[in-house]
Amino acid sequence: MPVKVLIPTPLRKLTHDEEVVQITAATVGGAIAELQSRYPGIKERLTDEAGGVRRFVNVYVNEEDIRFLQNQETALHDGDEISIIPAIAGG
Amino acid sequence: MEKHAGFMKALKCRECGREYPLTANHVCDFDFGPLEVVYDYDRVKQTLTRAAIQARPKSMWRFRELLPVAGNPTVGLEVGCTPLIKADRLARRLGIRELWIKNDTVNYPTLSFKDRVVSVALSRAKELGFTTVACASTGNLANSVAANAAAAGLKAYVFIPADLEQSKVLNSLIYGATVIGIKGHYDEVNRLCAEIAGKYPWAFVNVNMRPYYAEGSKSMGFEIVEQLGWRIPSNTVVCMASGSLLTKIHKSYQEAIKMGLAPQAAYRVHGAQATGCSPISTAQKAGLDFFKPVKPNTIAKSLAIGTPADGFYALKVMKETNGRADDVTDDEIRQGIKLLAECEGIFAETAGGVTVGVAKKLIASGAIPADDAAVLCITGHGLKTLDAVAGHAGYTREIKPSLREFESLLDAETRSPARV
Repeated sequence: MPVKVLIPTPLRKLTHDEEVVQITAATVGGAIAELQSRYPGIKERLTDEAGGVRRFVNVYVNEEDIRFLQNQETALHDGDEISIIPAIAGG
Repeated sequence: MEKHAGFMKALKCRECGREYPLTANHVCDFDFGPLEVVYDYDRVKQTLTRAAIQARPKSMWRFRELLPVAGNPTVGLEVGCTPLIKADRLARRLGIRELWIKNDTVNYPTLSFKDRVVSVALSRAKELGFTTVACASTGNLANSVAANAAAAGLKAYVFIPADLEQSKVLNSLIYGATVIGIKGHYDEVNRLCAEIAGKYPWAFVNVNMRPYYAEGSKSMGFEIVEQLGWRIPSNTVVCMASGSLLTKIHKSYQEAIKMGLAPQAAYRVHGAQATGCSPISTAQKAGLDFFKPVKPNTIAKSLAIGTPADGFYALKVMKETNGRADDVTDDEIRQGIKLLAECEGIFAETAGGVTVGVAKKLIASGAIPADDAAVLCITGHGLKTLDAVAGHAGYTREIKPSLREFESLLDAETRSPARV
Protein backbone atom coordinates (compact mmCIF):
# COMPACT_ATOMS: atom_id res chain seq x y z
CA MET A 1 0.00 0.00 0.00
CA PRO A 2 1.33 3.48 -0.74
CA VAL A 3 1.83 5.26 2.59
CA LYS A 4 3.47 8.44 3.83
CA VAL A 5 6.30 8.36 6.38
CA LEU A 6 7.16 11.48 8.40
CA ILE A 7 10.89 11.54 9.10
CA PRO A 8 12.08 13.12 12.38
CA THR A 9 14.98 15.60 12.40
CA PRO A 10 17.64 13.16 13.68
CA LEU A 11 17.05 10.84 10.70
CA ARG A 12 16.90 13.43 7.92
CA LYS A 13 20.62 13.19 7.22
CA LEU A 14 19.89 9.68 5.96
CA THR A 15 16.90 10.75 3.85
CA HIS A 16 18.83 13.61 2.22
CA ASP A 17 16.74 16.12 4.21
CA GLU A 18 13.43 14.69 3.01
CA GLU A 19 10.82 15.30 5.74
CA VAL A 20 8.15 13.15 4.14
CA VAL A 21 8.81 9.95 2.22
CA GLN A 22 6.30 7.97 0.11
CA ILE A 23 6.72 4.21 0.24
CA THR A 24 4.75 1.06 -0.43
CA ALA A 25 4.42 -1.60 2.26
CA ALA A 26 1.82 -3.93 3.77
CA THR A 27 2.90 -3.64 7.43
CA VAL A 28 4.92 -1.33 9.69
CA GLY A 29 7.73 -3.89 9.71
CA GLY A 30 7.58 -3.96 5.92
CA ALA A 31 7.77 -0.17 5.86
CA ILE A 32 10.94 -0.23 7.97
CA ALA A 33 12.48 -2.78 5.59
CA GLU A 34 11.51 -0.64 2.60
CA LEU A 35 13.04 2.45 4.23
CA GLN A 36 16.24 0.47 4.84
CA SER A 37 16.50 -0.59 1.21
CA ARG A 38 16.06 3.00 0.10
CA TYR A 39 18.11 4.70 2.86
CA PRO A 40 20.71 2.18 4.08
CA GLY A 41 21.47 2.53 7.80
CA ILE A 42 18.03 3.71 8.85
CA LYS A 43 16.95 0.32 10.24
CA GLU A 44 19.65 0.14 12.93
CA ARG A 45 18.56 3.55 14.12
CA LEU A 46 14.97 2.43 14.59
CA THR A 47 15.37 -1.13 15.81
CA ASP A 48 17.65 -2.88 18.30
CA GLU A 49 19.75 -6.02 17.86
CA ALA A 50 16.71 -8.24 18.45
CA GLY A 51 14.76 -6.49 15.71
CA GLY A 52 12.28 -4.73 18.01
CA VAL A 53 11.59 -1.02 17.77
CA ARG A 54 14.07 0.77 20.07
CA ARG A 55 12.61 1.70 23.44
CA PHE A 56 13.09 5.43 22.90
CA VAL A 57 11.48 5.46 19.47
CA ASN A 58 7.72 5.85 19.15
CA VAL A 59 6.03 4.85 15.91
CA TYR A 60 2.49 5.96 15.14
CA VAL A 61 0.12 4.92 12.37
CA ASN A 62 -2.45 7.65 11.81
CA GLU A 63 -1.57 9.08 15.22
CA GLU A 64 -2.07 5.80 17.11
CA ASP A 65 0.97 4.32 18.89
CA ILE A 66 1.76 0.95 17.26
CA ARG A 67 2.14 -0.54 20.76
CA PHE A 68 -1.65 -0.13 21.03
CA LEU A 69 -2.01 -1.77 17.61
CA GLN A 70 -0.06 -4.85 16.45
CA ASN A 71 3.45 -3.37 16.72
CA GLN A 72 5.45 -4.14 13.57
CA GLU A 73 2.67 -6.47 12.37
CA THR A 74 0.27 -3.51 12.15
CA ALA A 75 -1.31 -3.57 8.70
CA LEU A 76 -1.06 -0.51 6.48
CA HIS A 77 -3.76 0.82 4.19
CA ASP A 78 -3.74 3.12 1.22
CA GLY A 79 -3.01 6.69 2.35
CA ASP A 80 -1.94 5.81 5.92
CA GLU A 81 0.53 8.10 7.62
CA ILE A 82 3.41 6.80 9.73
CA SER A 83 5.10 9.15 12.21
CA ILE A 84 8.42 8.30 13.83
CA ILE A 85 8.95 10.39 16.94
CA PRO A 86 11.60 10.38 19.69
CA ALA A 87 9.97 9.10 22.91
CA ILE A 88 11.91 11.30 25.25
CA ALA A 89 9.88 14.36 25.93
CA GLY A 90 7.54 15.64 28.53
CA GLY A 91 6.85 15.08 32.17
CA MET B 1 29.75 28.27 22.54
CA GLU B 2 32.48 27.67 25.11
CA LYS B 3 33.21 24.03 25.67
CA HIS B 4 33.21 24.08 29.47
CA ALA B 5 30.15 26.10 30.31
CA GLY B 6 30.08 26.68 34.05
CA PHE B 7 30.38 23.33 35.77
CA MET B 8 28.89 21.47 32.79
CA LYS B 9 31.08 19.47 30.43
CA ALA B 10 28.72 18.07 27.79
CA LEU B 11 25.43 16.40 27.05
CA LYS B 12 25.70 12.61 26.98
CA CYS B 13 23.35 9.88 25.73
CA ARG B 14 22.19 7.68 28.59
CA GLU B 15 21.89 4.71 26.23
CA CYS B 16 25.06 4.70 24.11
CA GLY B 17 27.28 7.33 25.77
CA ARG B 18 27.80 9.50 22.68
CA GLU B 19 28.56 13.10 23.69
CA TYR B 20 27.04 16.31 22.32
CA PRO B 21 27.66 20.05 22.80
CA LEU B 22 25.60 21.95 25.39
CA THR B 23 22.86 23.17 23.04
CA ALA B 24 19.07 22.86 23.10
CA ASN B 25 18.98 19.17 22.26
CA HIS B 26 17.45 16.26 24.14
CA VAL B 27 17.79 13.25 21.86
CA CYS B 28 20.76 11.19 20.72
CA ASP B 29 21.08 11.33 16.94
CA PHE B 30 21.95 7.67 16.84
CA ASP B 31 19.49 5.74 19.00
CA PHE B 32 17.04 8.44 20.17
CA GLY B 33 18.19 7.90 23.76
CA PRO B 34 17.81 10.77 26.25
CA LEU B 35 20.68 13.21 26.73
CA GLU B 36 21.87 14.09 30.21
CA VAL B 37 24.16 16.85 31.49
CA VAL B 38 27.68 15.76 32.50
CA TYR B 39 29.37 17.81 35.25
CA ASP B 40 32.97 18.42 36.14
CA TYR B 41 32.62 16.93 39.62
CA ASP B 42 36.22 17.66 40.56
CA ARG B 43 35.59 21.37 40.12
CA VAL B 44 32.16 21.20 41.76
CA LYS B 45 33.71 19.65 44.85
CA GLN B 46 36.09 22.56 45.29
CA THR B 47 33.31 25.06 46.00
CA LEU B 48 30.17 23.08 46.90
CA THR B 49 30.72 22.45 50.61
CA ARG B 50 28.23 22.35 53.49
CA ALA B 51 29.60 25.63 54.85
CA ALA B 52 29.40 27.37 51.48
CA ILE B 53 25.84 26.18 50.90
CA GLN B 54 24.67 27.29 54.34
CA ALA B 55 26.10 30.77 53.80
CA ARG B 56 24.08 31.26 50.60
CA PRO B 57 20.56 32.73 50.22
CA LYS B 58 17.68 30.37 50.96
CA SER B 59 16.70 29.23 47.48
CA MET B 60 17.31 26.16 45.33
CA TRP B 61 20.23 28.01 43.76
CA ARG B 62 22.34 27.39 46.88
CA PHE B 63 23.19 24.13 45.05
CA ARG B 64 24.10 26.07 41.93
CA GLU B 65 27.20 24.04 40.99
CA LEU B 66 25.01 20.99 40.33
CA LEU B 67 22.35 22.87 38.38
CA PRO B 68 23.00 23.22 34.63
CA VAL B 69 23.51 26.89 33.87
CA ALA B 70 26.74 28.36 32.54
CA GLY B 71 26.67 31.69 34.34
CA ASN B 72 24.60 33.06 37.20
CA PRO B 73 20.92 32.07 37.10
CA THR B 74 18.58 34.80 35.85
CA VAL B 75 15.12 33.26 36.27
CA GLY B 76 13.48 32.02 39.47
CA LEU B 77 16.02 33.27 41.98
CA GLU B 78 13.53 32.83 44.86
CA VAL B 79 12.45 29.28 44.01
CA GLY B 80 12.87 26.38 46.43
CA CYS B 81 13.90 25.95 50.06
CA THR B 82 10.37 24.86 50.87
CA PRO B 83 9.63 23.53 54.37
CA LEU B 84 10.43 19.97 55.47
CA ILE B 85 7.75 19.27 58.09
CA LYS B 86 8.01 16.60 60.78
CA ALA B 87 4.58 15.05 60.40
CA ASP B 88 3.95 13.36 63.77
CA ARG B 89 0.16 13.30 63.55
CA LEU B 90 0.20 11.77 60.07
CA ALA B 91 2.93 9.36 61.20
CA ARG B 92 0.60 8.00 63.89
CA ARG B 93 -2.24 7.60 61.41
CA LEU B 94 -0.03 5.77 58.91
CA GLY B 95 1.67 3.69 61.61
CA ILE B 96 5.28 4.71 61.15
CA ARG B 97 7.87 5.91 63.66
CA GLU B 98 9.15 8.98 61.81
CA LEU B 99 7.56 10.83 58.91
CA TRP B 100 8.49 14.01 57.06
CA ILE B 101 6.66 16.04 54.43
CA LYS B 102 8.71 17.92 51.85
CA ASN B 103 6.13 20.61 51.21
CA ASP B 104 6.40 21.92 47.65
CA THR B 105 2.74 23.03 47.77
CA VAL B 106 4.24 26.35 48.86
CA ASN B 107 6.95 26.61 46.24
CA TYR B 108 7.41 30.06 44.70
CA PRO B 109 5.82 31.45 42.56
CA THR B 110 3.24 28.88 41.35
CA LEU B 111 2.83 26.42 44.23
CA SER B 112 4.34 23.28 42.74
CA PHE B 113 7.73 21.61 42.34
CA LYS B 114 7.66 22.61 38.67
CA ASP B 115 9.02 26.05 39.64
CA ARG B 116 12.32 24.25 40.26
CA VAL B 117 12.66 22.79 36.77
CA VAL B 118 11.34 25.90 35.05
CA SER B 119 13.79 28.28 36.73
CA VAL B 120 16.63 26.11 35.44
CA ALA B 121 15.15 25.66 31.95
CA LEU B 122 14.41 29.36 31.45
CA SER B 123 17.75 30.51 32.86
CA ARG B 124 19.47 28.16 30.42
CA ALA B 125 17.13 29.16 27.55
CA LYS B 126 18.13 32.80 28.02
CA GLU B 127 21.80 31.82 27.98
CA LEU B 128 21.24 30.03 24.68
CA GLY B 129 19.56 33.13 23.22
CA PHE B 130 15.91 32.06 23.11
CA THR B 131 13.16 34.67 23.42
CA THR B 132 10.18 32.30 23.18
CA VAL B 133 9.58 29.41 25.56
CA ALA B 134 7.00 26.62 25.48
CA CYS B 135 5.97 23.38 27.16
CA ALA B 136 3.73 20.33 26.99
CA SER B 137 2.01 20.16 30.33
CA THR B 138 -0.55 18.43 32.54
CA GLY B 139 -1.09 21.81 34.24
CA ASN B 140 1.50 22.60 36.90
CA LEU B 141 4.29 23.04 34.38
CA ALA B 142 2.07 25.30 32.25
CA ASN B 143 1.42 27.51 35.31
CA SER B 144 5.09 27.75 36.11
CA VAL B 145 6.27 28.41 32.54
CA ALA B 146 3.59 31.09 32.12
CA ALA B 147 4.47 32.87 35.38
CA ASN B 148 8.26 32.65 35.16
CA ALA B 149 8.27 33.61 31.47
CA ALA B 150 6.16 36.68 32.27
CA ALA B 151 8.57 37.75 35.00
CA ALA B 152 11.56 37.14 32.72
CA GLY B 153 10.04 38.99 29.75
CA LEU B 154 9.89 35.88 27.56
CA LYS B 155 7.04 34.94 25.24
CA ALA B 156 5.28 31.72 26.27
CA TYR B 157 3.22 29.07 24.50
CA VAL B 158 1.79 26.36 26.71
CA PHE B 159 0.15 23.21 25.39
CA ILE B 160 -2.24 21.27 27.65
CA PRO B 161 -4.93 18.61 27.33
CA ALA B 162 -8.16 20.54 26.72
CA ASP B 163 -9.97 18.85 29.64
CA LEU B 164 -7.68 20.12 32.43
CA GLU B 165 -8.99 21.51 35.71
CA GLN B 166 -10.36 25.04 35.24
CA SER B 167 -8.09 26.46 37.93
CA LYS B 168 -4.99 25.17 36.16
CA VAL B 169 -6.12 26.71 32.88
CA LEU B 170 -6.80 30.10 34.49
CA ASN B 171 -3.50 29.90 36.34
CA SER B 172 -1.73 29.89 32.98
CA LEU B 173 -3.92 32.41 31.14
CA ILE B 174 -3.60 35.11 33.78
CA TYR B 175 0.09 35.64 33.02
CA GLY B 176 -0.57 36.38 29.37
CA ALA B 177 0.73 33.11 27.98
CA THR B 178 -0.79 31.68 24.81
CA VAL B 179 -2.62 28.58 26.08
CA ILE B 180 -3.40 25.89 23.54
CA GLY B 181 -5.79 23.15 24.63
CA ILE B 182 -5.33 19.95 22.67
CA LYS B 183 -8.27 17.60 22.26
CA GLY B 184 -6.50 14.50 23.55
CA HIS B 185 -4.41 12.98 26.33
CA TYR B 186 -1.12 14.41 27.55
CA ASP B 187 0.74 11.85 25.45
CA GLU B 188 -0.86 13.30 22.35
CA VAL B 189 -0.02 16.83 23.49
CA ASN B 190 3.53 15.64 23.96
CA ARG B 191 3.76 14.10 20.50
CA LEU B 192 2.50 17.30 18.89
CA CYS B 193 5.02 19.35 20.89
CA ALA B 194 7.87 17.11 19.74
CA GLU B 195 6.81 17.86 16.17
CA ILE B 196 6.45 21.61 16.81
CA ALA B 197 9.82 21.71 18.58
CA GLY B 198 11.44 20.28 15.45
CA LYS B 199 10.01 23.09 13.35
CA TYR B 200 10.02 26.29 15.46
CA PRO B 201 13.05 27.92 17.11
CA TRP B 202 11.54 27.84 20.61
CA ALA B 203 12.88 26.59 23.90
CA PHE B 204 10.44 23.81 24.80
CA VAL B 205 11.33 23.31 28.45
CA ASN B 206 10.47 19.61 28.51
CA VAL B 207 11.36 18.76 24.93
CA ASN B 208 14.57 20.29 23.53
CA MET B 209 15.53 21.83 26.92
CA ARG B 210 14.75 18.64 28.81
CA PRO B 211 18.32 17.71 29.83
CA TYR B 212 18.65 21.05 31.69
CA TYR B 213 15.04 21.23 32.87
CA ALA B 214 14.99 17.78 34.46
CA GLU B 215 18.10 18.52 36.55
CA GLY B 216 16.15 21.21 38.41
CA SER B 217 14.27 18.45 40.26
CA LYS B 218 17.48 17.46 42.03
CA SER B 219 17.19 20.58 44.16
CA MET B 220 14.24 18.99 45.98
CA GLY B 221 16.48 16.10 47.02
CA PHE B 222 19.44 18.31 47.97
CA GLU B 223 17.14 20.35 50.20
CA ILE B 224 15.80 17.23 51.93
CA VAL B 225 19.37 16.12 52.65
CA GLU B 226 20.33 19.51 54.09
CA GLN B 227 17.11 19.89 56.09
CA LEU B 228 17.59 16.47 57.69
CA GLY B 229 21.00 17.63 58.94
CA TRP B 230 23.02 16.32 55.98
CA ARG B 231 21.75 12.78 55.79
CA ILE B 232 19.85 10.72 53.23
CA PRO B 233 16.41 9.53 54.41
CA SER B 234 16.08 5.75 54.50
CA ASN B 235 12.78 5.92 52.56
CA THR B 236 11.50 8.54 50.12
CA VAL B 237 8.09 8.28 48.46
CA VAL B 238 7.72 10.16 45.17
CA CYS B 239 4.77 10.41 42.83
CA MET B 240 5.43 9.40 39.23
CA ALA B 241 4.09 10.89 36.01
CA SER B 242 7.00 10.63 33.55
CA GLY B 243 9.11 9.21 36.40
CA SER B 244 11.63 12.03 36.02
CA LEU B 245 11.31 13.44 39.56
CA LEU B 246 11.95 10.02 41.11
CA THR B 247 15.10 9.48 39.07
CA LYS B 248 16.38 12.97 39.92
CA ILE B 249 15.73 12.58 43.67
CA HIS B 250 17.88 9.45 43.46
CA LYS B 251 20.53 11.32 41.48
CA SER B 252 20.59 14.13 44.06
CA TYR B 253 21.22 11.61 46.85
CA GLN B 254 24.01 10.01 44.82
CA GLU B 255 25.60 13.38 44.14
CA ALA B 256 25.27 14.46 47.79
CA ILE B 257 27.25 11.34 48.77
CA LYS B 258 29.75 11.81 45.95
CA MET B 259 30.40 15.47 46.87
CA GLY B 260 30.86 14.57 50.54
CA LEU B 261 27.75 16.46 51.67
CA ALA B 262 26.12 13.38 53.20
CA PRO B 263 27.57 10.10 54.46
CA GLN B 264 27.10 6.95 52.39
CA ALA B 265 23.90 5.24 53.50
CA ALA B 266 21.43 2.67 52.25
CA TYR B 267 18.18 4.26 51.11
CA ARG B 268 15.10 3.25 49.20
CA VAL B 269 13.16 5.36 46.72
CA HIS B 270 9.51 4.33 46.28
CA GLY B 271 7.18 5.36 43.45
CA ALA B 272 3.49 6.31 43.61
CA GLN B 273 0.93 6.32 40.81
CA ALA B 274 -2.82 6.52 40.36
CA THR B 275 -4.42 3.18 39.49
CA GLY B 276 -6.07 4.89 36.49
CA CYS B 277 -2.62 5.60 35.04
CA SER B 278 -0.13 3.15 36.46
CA PRO B 279 2.22 1.88 33.74
CA ILE B 280 5.29 2.17 36.00
CA SER B 281 3.83 0.76 39.22
CA THR B 282 2.19 -2.11 37.32
CA ALA B 283 5.57 -3.03 35.79
CA GLN B 284 7.38 -2.69 39.14
CA LYS B 285 4.89 -4.93 40.91
CA ALA B 286 5.24 -7.54 38.16
CA GLY B 287 9.02 -7.42 38.44
CA LEU B 288 9.48 -6.13 34.89
CA ASP B 289 12.13 -3.67 33.73
CA PHE B 290 9.92 -2.30 30.95
CA PHE B 291 6.39 -0.94 30.97
CA LYS B 292 3.37 -1.10 28.71
CA PRO B 293 1.91 2.29 27.75
CA VAL B 294 -1.66 2.96 28.93
CA LYS B 295 -4.50 5.38 28.20
CA PRO B 296 -4.99 7.38 31.41
CA ASN B 297 -8.27 7.65 33.32
CA THR B 298 -7.77 9.21 36.75
CA ILE B 299 -8.60 12.34 38.76
CA ALA B 300 -4.84 12.77 39.25
CA LYS B 301 -4.51 14.60 35.95
CA SER B 302 -1.08 15.99 36.77
CA LEU B 303 0.17 12.37 36.81
CA ALA B 304 -1.79 11.23 33.74
CA ILE B 305 1.09 10.30 31.45
CA GLY B 306 0.46 6.95 29.79
CA THR B 307 3.83 6.78 28.02
CA PRO B 308 6.26 7.88 30.74
CA ALA B 309 9.53 9.12 29.24
CA ASP B 310 11.59 8.11 32.27
CA GLY B 311 9.63 4.96 33.05
CA PHE B 312 12.58 2.65 32.29
CA TYR B 313 14.91 4.65 34.50
CA ALA B 314 12.39 4.97 37.34
CA LEU B 315 12.06 1.16 37.34
CA LYS B 316 15.85 0.87 37.40
CA VAL B 317 16.16 3.23 40.39
CA MET B 318 13.55 1.32 42.36
CA LYS B 319 15.28 -1.95 41.56
CA GLU B 320 18.71 -0.63 42.55
CA THR B 321 17.54 0.98 45.80
CA ASN B 322 15.20 -1.88 46.71
CA GLY B 323 12.28 0.55 46.48
CA ARG B 324 8.71 -0.40 45.69
CA ALA B 325 5.86 1.07 43.68
CA ASP B 326 2.13 0.98 44.23
CA ASP B 327 -0.98 2.78 43.03
CA VAL B 328 -4.25 4.04 44.49
CA THR B 329 -7.81 4.54 43.26
CA ASP B 330 -9.56 7.89 42.89
CA ASP B 331 -11.31 7.39 46.25
CA GLU B 332 -8.03 6.56 47.95
CA ILE B 333 -6.51 9.70 46.39
CA ARG B 334 -9.25 11.88 47.91
CA GLN B 335 -8.78 10.12 51.27
CA GLY B 336 -5.04 10.81 51.04
CA ILE B 337 -5.68 14.51 50.41
CA LYS B 338 -8.04 14.69 53.42
CA LEU B 339 -5.70 12.76 55.68
CA LEU B 340 -2.79 15.11 54.94
CA ALA B 341 -5.01 18.18 55.36
CA GLU B 342 -6.59 17.02 58.63
CA CYS B 343 -3.36 15.77 60.19
CA GLU B 344 -0.86 18.38 59.05
CA GLY B 345 -2.80 21.38 57.75
CA ILE B 346 -1.38 20.92 54.27
CA PHE B 347 -3.75 20.98 51.29
CA ALA B 348 -2.16 19.04 48.43
CA GLU B 349 -3.41 18.51 44.90
CA THR B 350 -4.37 15.06 43.66
CA ALA B 351 -0.74 14.00 43.16
CA GLY B 352 -0.18 14.56 46.90
CA GLY B 353 -3.17 12.34 47.63
CA VAL B 354 -1.51 9.67 45.49
CA THR B 355 1.75 9.93 47.44
CA VAL B 356 0.03 9.77 50.84
CA GLY B 357 -2.24 6.92 49.73
CA VAL B 358 0.64 4.86 48.39
CA ALA B 359 2.79 5.56 51.47
CA LYS B 360 -0.07 4.24 53.58
CA LYS B 361 -0.17 1.02 51.54
CA LEU B 362 3.60 0.55 51.59
CA ILE B 363 3.72 1.00 55.38
CA ALA B 364 0.76 -1.33 55.90
CA SER B 365 2.40 -4.03 53.77
CA GLY B 366 5.75 -3.64 55.52
CA ALA B 367 7.52 -2.49 52.34
CA ILE B 368 8.36 0.56 54.45
CA PRO B 369 9.03 -0.83 57.96
CA ALA B 370 6.92 0.68 60.76
CA ASP B 371 10.01 1.34 62.89
CA ASP B 372 11.73 3.24 60.08
CA ALA B 373 11.60 6.82 58.76
CA ALA B 374 10.21 8.19 55.50
CA VAL B 375 9.99 11.44 53.55
CA LEU B 376 6.95 12.08 51.36
CA CYS B 377 7.49 14.46 48.44
CA ILE B 378 4.32 16.56 48.14
CA THR B 379 4.53 18.33 44.82
CA GLY B 380 1.59 20.70 44.26
CA HIS B 381 -1.12 22.75 45.98
CA GLY B 382 -4.73 21.62 46.45
CA LEU B 383 -6.21 24.92 45.31
CA LYS B 384 -5.18 23.87 41.80
CA THR B 385 -7.42 20.80 41.74
CA LEU B 386 -10.53 21.89 43.63
CA ASP B 387 -12.72 20.04 41.10
CA ALA B 388 -11.33 16.73 42.35
CA VAL B 389 -12.45 17.21 45.95
CA ALA B 390 -15.58 19.29 45.41
CA GLY B 391 -18.48 17.41 47.00
CA HIS B 392 -16.10 15.19 49.00
CA ALA B 393 -14.69 17.64 51.54
CA GLY B 394 -17.67 17.98 53.85
CA TYR B 395 -20.40 20.62 53.81
CA THR B 396 -21.24 24.02 55.23
CA ARG B 397 -23.78 24.22 58.07
CA GLU B 398 -26.01 27.12 57.11
CA ILE B 399 -28.04 29.01 59.72
CA LYS B 400 -29.68 32.39 60.26
CA PRO B 401 -27.67 34.96 62.26
CA SER B 402 -29.30 33.76 65.46
CA LEU B 403 -27.66 32.46 68.62
CA ARG B 404 -30.60 30.15 69.18
CA GLU B 405 -30.16 28.50 65.79
CA PHE B 406 -26.45 28.13 66.41
CA GLU B 407 -27.00 26.46 69.75
CA SER B 408 -29.62 24.10 68.42
CA LEU B 409 -27.19 23.17 65.62
CA LEU B 410 -24.43 22.46 68.16
CA ASP B 411 -26.86 20.50 70.27
CA ALA B 412 -28.00 18.41 67.30
CA GLU B 413 -24.45 17.70 66.22
CA THR B 414 -23.40 16.72 69.74
CA ARG B 415 -26.27 14.28 69.97
CA SER B 416 -25.68 12.78 66.52
CA PRO B 417 -22.36 13.96 65.11
CA ALA B 418 -22.75 14.92 61.46
CA ARG B 419 -21.09 12.57 59.09
CA VAL B 420 -18.54 14.26 56.90
